[in-house]
Amino acid sequence: MNPTDPIAIDRRMAIKWLFAAASSLTLMDKLHAGDEAPLPQFEAGGYGLDSNLLKTYKPGEVWPLILTPTQRRATIALCDIIIPADNHSPSASSVGVQDFINEWVSAPYSWVGSPNSNHAEAKDVILYGLDWIDSESKRRFGASFADLISSQQHAICDDICYTATAKPEFKKAATFFSKFRNLTAGGFYTTPVGMKDIGYVGNIPLASFDGPPPEVLKKLGLA
Amino acid sequence: MPIITASKTQPSYDVIVVGSGAAGGQTAYTLTMEGAKVLMLEAGRSYDPVRETPMFNTPDQAPLRGSNTPDKYFGYYDSTASGGWDIPGEPYTSASNEIEKQFWWWRARMLGGRSNHWGRISLRNGNYDFKPKSRDGLGFDWPLNYEDVAPYYDKVEMLIGVYGTNEGLENTPNSSPGVLLPAPKLRANELLAQKHAKKIGVPVIPIHRAVLSTKQDADNVPQKLHPKNAKAQRILAQAMRERSACFWATDCGRGCSIKANYQSTTVHLPPALATGNLDIVTNAMVREVTLDDNGKATGVICIDKTTGTLHHFKARVVVLAPSSAESVRILLNSKSARFPQGVANSSGLVGKYIMDTVGGGLGGQVPLLESLPLHNEDGAGGSHAYVPWWLYQEQKAGKLDFPRGYHIEFGGGRMMPNSNTATNIDRFTQGSYGKEFKADARRYYGSMVGFAGRGEMIPNDDSFCELDPTVKDKWGTPVLKFHWKWSDYELKQVEHMQRTFTAILESMGGKASRPVAPGIKNIEPGGKIIHEVGGTIMGTTARNSVTNQWGQTWDVKNLFITDGGPFVSNADKNPTLTIMALAWRASDYILGELSRGNI
Repeated sequence: MNPTDPIAIDRRMAIKWLFAAASSLTLMDKLHAGDEAPLPQFEAGGYGLDSNLLKTYKPGEVWPLILTPTQRRATIALCDIIIPADNHSPSASSVGVQDFINEWVSAPYSWVGSPNSNHAEAKDVILYGLDWIDSESKRRFGASFADLISSQQHAICDDICYTATAKPEFKKAATFFSKFRNLTAGGFYTTPVGMKDIGYVGNIPLASFDGPPPEVLKKLGLA
Repeated sequence: MPIITASKTQPSYDVIVVGSGAAGGQTAYTLTMEGAKVLMLEAGRSYDPVRETPMFNTPDQAPLRGSNTPDKYFGYYDSTASGGWDIPGEPYTSASNEIEKQFWWWRARMLGGRSNHWGRISLRNGNYDFKPKSRDGLGFDWPLNYEDVAPYYDKVEMLIGVYGTNEGLENTPNSSPGVLLPAPKLRANELLAQKHAKKIGVPVIPIHRAVLSTKQDADNVPQKLHPKNAKAQRILAQAMRERSACFWATDCGRGCSIKANYQSTTVHLPPALATGNLDIVTNAMVREVTLDDNGKATGVICIDKTTGTLHHFKARVVVLAPSSAESVRILLNSKSARFPQGVANSSGLVGKYIMDTVGGGLGGQVPLLESLPLHNEDGAGGSHAYVPWWLYQEQKAGKLDFPRGYHIEFGGGRMMPNSNTATNIDRFTQGSYGKEFKADARRYYGSMVGFAGRGEMIPNDDSFCELDPTVKDKWGTPVLKFHWKWSDYELKQVEHMQRTFTAILESMGGKASRPVAPGIKNIEPGGKIIHEVGGTIMGTTARNSVTNQWGQTWDVKNLFITDGGPFVSNADKNPTLTIMALAWRASDYILGELSRGNI
């Protein structure tokens, strides 16, 4: 962007102003902390209210990533158990879903996705699960999850893949697996190969919008 | 976008317009096209959708796959810049600790305001909506009729470009012939709902949205909108030619770099600027309206947010259009010996009767929509169909346990995947993973349908805002404190909504994701639908209202309000189109009064 560009100047000013405002806000909060309701507040450490929407971001660029090398290995292995390569598309780890999960676990926000979620708690579930799955692997098969053979990995995942039927001793791990599968799916299907796999064919300019094709109308009983 | 600094402004203007969104944009457009010299003051930064809109960006290019966060409540690619529920240094407070008594206030601190991200749903109020009290005894009647506003609905729709159809349904007005652009074809889930909801008496019809389904008729529309004004016709024709028709991709909430949808920054401001009659100062936060010894408005005092310096801008007329609650704040902060309770507040009604839209929702899964042949459903970047309120007769016959209506908006289809895609489908898949999960993801993608009810709230004495006695913003200006309360009317309505959604889903062979929840559990918080109106209600006398039917304050004849503040009811119809129609009407009145020397 050209430095004399009026928009660029506005952006810089806006960012400067954001930083300046942070301290006075804290004071404001204290002023009415006693009798006022805690309305949701501006959160530090994120990308802010006015980030550049055109830029391509990489995990780790805005906030530091916190997974240890051991947790990362388990993450990659789990991603590919959930979304392995098949004849439609490659595996989740081959398109970097593990980096998205790392970015997600490391996010500085009080919630991500839904304001009803509690990110600190959700993050603890993931961290707990990554550690659990390695200890369970060692207990059952004497090696980390990432080093197990496929049948051993499946033996563990079969016990935790569905919260509704998981045995009591696996309930907590099943909650983890469910959350982790959501993250893997969300991370994978938002990539170009994931979008193609799931059958999304939009995001391209069209000369006209013709509605559903005849074969769709027929299938729906609308033809 | 040519924006000037405070030091480059003229010593005086015909009109100062505070705010640059739908209300401020329409007001400045009408005034400048007819020759008035206008200064527009925007509290946020400059913003240019042509250069800043992430049109084809995909979620994997954004932090957290574009997920919603406290910084970007509606997702990373939502166009809102420097805005949200909470803005550093610009707090507001709530009188209650109870969640259901809190009000959420969305502010977009950017040129064009909330018009950049809005849903573009453009529904007209009907006859009933302007005379609600006469029909059921609740709330207030407006001091005008549908017939007073109808010509302005036509004008606004022709100017901004609205697609849709005329269905001739009760209290769902037709536009004049030739006004609407063609409605896009319905998507698979919309067609399926249309076919099956009919069996239970629920009409699914094409929605009206401010998106160009075709190019506008630049050869003929300008002379209809500006008869006998060659300059305005020429400028508008040029502006219309610079807008492209929708290319059936990308979500409208991101904004539109090809100007295919309405946002103030692409539709109202370019022609207004082309007249040479408009100056815009951004980062200019208005604090108060100034008066002369005779009680006439002389201008406004505003804070340059980048430097903290105060400026006094002057004009013959002041128009407030910064959003209904912000107008209240400015009026209450404009205290003087003549107006110790705030300017234009001799009635004591400034801040009273604030309303939002009643929001309820429920979704479900429809097996018929599983594994459909691949096809592109992006469409017009928003819904193509909706259900207008359809139970007027049942309500009149006393068969419903709540007053007023709601319309139904749809979500679903084979939209661009986001971070929620293929999540929480265990209940259908029994926890599949691996290749089986990938097959399940393909099967269930596009088979979820969501319904959102948008209903009318009855104004009540417990929902209002006032100045907080202690809390100030970072420039030392007192902030608003909100009081909020839903009544049984709204809670019963939200329960009815959910029963309807369940019935529609079942008619389609689907199943709701959960049972009907009590109203208080399902209703969205006050303010959350971002349709807040009222607070400076219009009426027939200086005792029962703040303004007359033209948004002219009773107390100060050259002070006007053209945002949603003067609304005395909040029909289920989304308020933006009516705000623009009334702003155009008020601006015509201002031009007349200026030329007659009355203000």
